[in-house]
Formats: sequence, C-alpha cells, structure tokens
Amino acid sequence: MYFHYANILVFLVAGMAFVFLNMVIGSLLRPKRKTDEGLEPYECGEETIGSSWFRFDIRYYTVALVYIVFAVEVAFLFPVARVMRQAFEIEGIGGLALIEAFLFVAILFLGLAYVWVKGDLNWVRAFQREFEERRRLEAERRASSPPPARKAS
Amino acid sequence: MIPTAHVHILAALLFGLGILGFLRQRNAIMLLMSVELMLNSANLSFLAAAREQGNVDGAMMPLFVLVVAAAEAAVGLALIIILFRKRVSLDVDLLRSLRD
Amino acid sequence: MASLLAFLLFAGLAVVCALVALFHRSVVHSAFALLGTLLGVADLFLQLGADYLAMTQVLIYVGGILVLILFGLMLTPPDRRELRPARIFLGLAVTGAGALLFLTRMDSGAWKAAPLQELPDLANQASPTAEPIGLAFLERDSWLLAFEFASVILLAALVGAVFIARRRFRVDDEGA
Repeated sequence: MYFHYANILVFLVAGMAFVFLNMVIGSLLRPKRKTDEGLEPYECGEETIGSSWFRFDIRYYTVALVYIVFAVEVAFLFPVARVMRQAFEIEGIGGLALIEAFLFVAILFLGLAYVWVKGDLNWVRAFQREFEERRRLEAERRASSPPPARKAS
Repeated sequence: MIPTAHVHILAALLFGLGILGFLRQRNAIMLLMSVELMLNSANLSFLAAAREQGNVDGAMMPLFVLVVAAAEAAVGLALIIILFRKRVSLDVDLLRSLRD
Repeated sequence: MASLLAFLLFAGLAVVCALVALFHRSVVHSAFALLGTLLGVADLFLQLGADYLAMTQVLIYVGGILVLILFGLMLTPPDRRELRPARIFLGLAVTGAGALLFLTRMDSGAWKAAPLQELPDLANQASPTAEPIGLAFLERDSWLLAFEFASVILLAALVGAVFIARRRFRVDDEGA
C-alpha cells in the first residue's frame, strides 16, 4: 500500500514535533526579560554591521552549481548501477553496459577537470593568481612603453 | 488507486499557475521559479500516463526533465547574477540592450 | 478511499503552496513555498508508484535547484518583486483558454484511444522502480543515446554556468 512509506511520515512528524515541542517548552520555562542587549543577534560577540541582506560571494554559487550537476549525475547512475549485474547476463548488452556508464562519467569528468584547472573550486588562491597576473601585465605594459613625460621631469 | 484524470487535472492546474506567474512577474528569479513549477506539472502528467500505459518510458521523461531543469537553473541563475551585477535590478523588462 | 484522501491532501498542499509562491510579496517566502509544492509533487510521485523519481525529486529539486535559487536570491538584493499588472489579463486569458481546451478535450475520448492494459497498481506493490529505469537506460535501441546526451548537456551547463558566473576583475574594478 501507499502506507509502505508510513515510516517516512512518522519520521517527518516526529522531527517537526521535536522542534516545536522544544520551542514551546523553552518559551514556557524561560524568564521573559527584554533588554536592548538581549535583542541583538549576538549578545556577547561581534557588533553587527549593517543588515544581513548583503550580497554573498559568487564562490558559494559556483560550489552549489558543481554540486547540482553531480547530483543529477548520481540520479542517472544509480539505476544503472543497480542493474549492472543483470546487464552482464543479458545478451547484447553485456560488458557494453560498463563502457557506457564509464563514458557517462568520463564526459562529466571533463567538466570537473575544467572547473578544477581553472581554479574555480579554489577558495583563495584563484584570486591571488588573478591579482598577480594583472600586476604582471601592467608591469609589462609600463616596461614596453615608458611614459616620456615622466622621464623628462 | 487514484484515477488518472485527477492527476492530469492537478497537473493542468499547476501548469496554469506556472503560466500565470510567468506572465505576471518581471523579477527574473520568480520567472525561473514559475518555469520550475511548469516542469514539475509536466512530470506529474508523464507519470500518470506511464502508470496508465504500464510501461517505463513515461517514467524516464521526468529524469530528462530533471537534467533540463538543472541545466536551466544553473545557467539562468548565473545570467541573473551577472545581470544584477551590471544593472542592479532583476527586472527583465530592462533587458533590452541586446537588441542593439 | 484512503488513497484518494491522501491524493487530495498532497494535491491541495502542492496547489496552495504554488499559490503562495506566486502571490506572496516576498521572493524569499516564495522560494520556501515552492519547497512545499515540490515536496507535495514528490509525494504524488510516490502515490503514482514512482518511488525512485520521488527520491530524485527530493534530492535534486529540493536539495539542489531550490538551494541554487536561494543562493541566487542571496547574491541579488533583498525583496523587490516587480509585477507587470498589464499582463495579468494576458496570463488569465492564456490560462483560461488552456483550461477550457483541456476540459473540453478531456472527455472527447482522445485519451482513451490508447489500449488500456490492466492497470498495474504500482503503489500497492511498492516495488522499486530503479531497476526498470536502469535497464531502459542500457538497452541500445531505447534510451541509451539520451542517457549519454544527458551527460553532454550537463557538461555544457556546468562549463557554461561557471564561465558566466566567474568573477572578472576588470568588470568589478569598473563597477566599484
């Protein structure tokens, strides 16, 4: 029946009930005192600056992007892996199944290699490298065409 | 056992809501979300048909729709982020400079 | 009866959440309402006997695409929802026409032309559907080519999106 999945439902309900019960118990037990300090996000930490609506760094997005592509890959590979043993016994598929699965992974591995080599997965160093590259280019430009006005003075 | 027609009606309802949202909004991220809604309703219809026909082909389509949705969300959001960086707005009606 | 009740419950969840997603003023609330819709649809997948697809729905739509959308929201400014009132009527017209077409065509028998096999009550057997999907992927004249092309599409999306979103110093310097 549909209720084969009742354990998931029980799990969900128990999880939600746990959170809500704890919040309700907490609100019943704790003393209610509202001071300016208590209403700050961090009572004994850094003072907050500005609102929390600032632009996140693009690098978080890149990581999420790589994650989602490989999550879809797993969604495709899982059924194939599930029948791999059967596939070896079927006439006409046999070992080809393994090659096909590897081809699938290999194509996506190209993407991972690209992202990796280009340094998009590097949290810090990629930016340093770009800074250095820019500085080097600027130095070259200055060396190749020295501004004459400055030399005269 | 749910009648297949019920699932199709639900799918049509969700698809209609998606279209309504798509035509109503100018915020690019909302447009993306409307498209996801429409893709989901199409998946529902595919699955209902697959169950009625009793073969697996209809159940394959949602997987490929998934690929399209993932690719579309990835590229679309990257474009949206770049658009916002240049224009400081998500209004798609301002996106006319490509015409020139 | 119980299955119909469960269908109505989750269909209602999906539709109500979709309505909230489309008409709430805050985009962030919309994203979270979309979560409800996606979960409702995942449950309907289960009821239609597609347990593997329900799992991928939760894993990829909820765990991936919705997170990506939320990241997109965080990378862009706070709630600003631009509406275009003039097109509401266009939207209503398109949707209404579609619904009318659908409702009139539904009973016309076009759908019943296909030979109805004995309806396999997949939800009642609760048999895993991952295996038929895997076999369909591997059979040479069914879905094999699509399987490999999916990989190519994902590769293109990955490289393209990373390339578009990559931070370029020159652009940033001019902007700042």
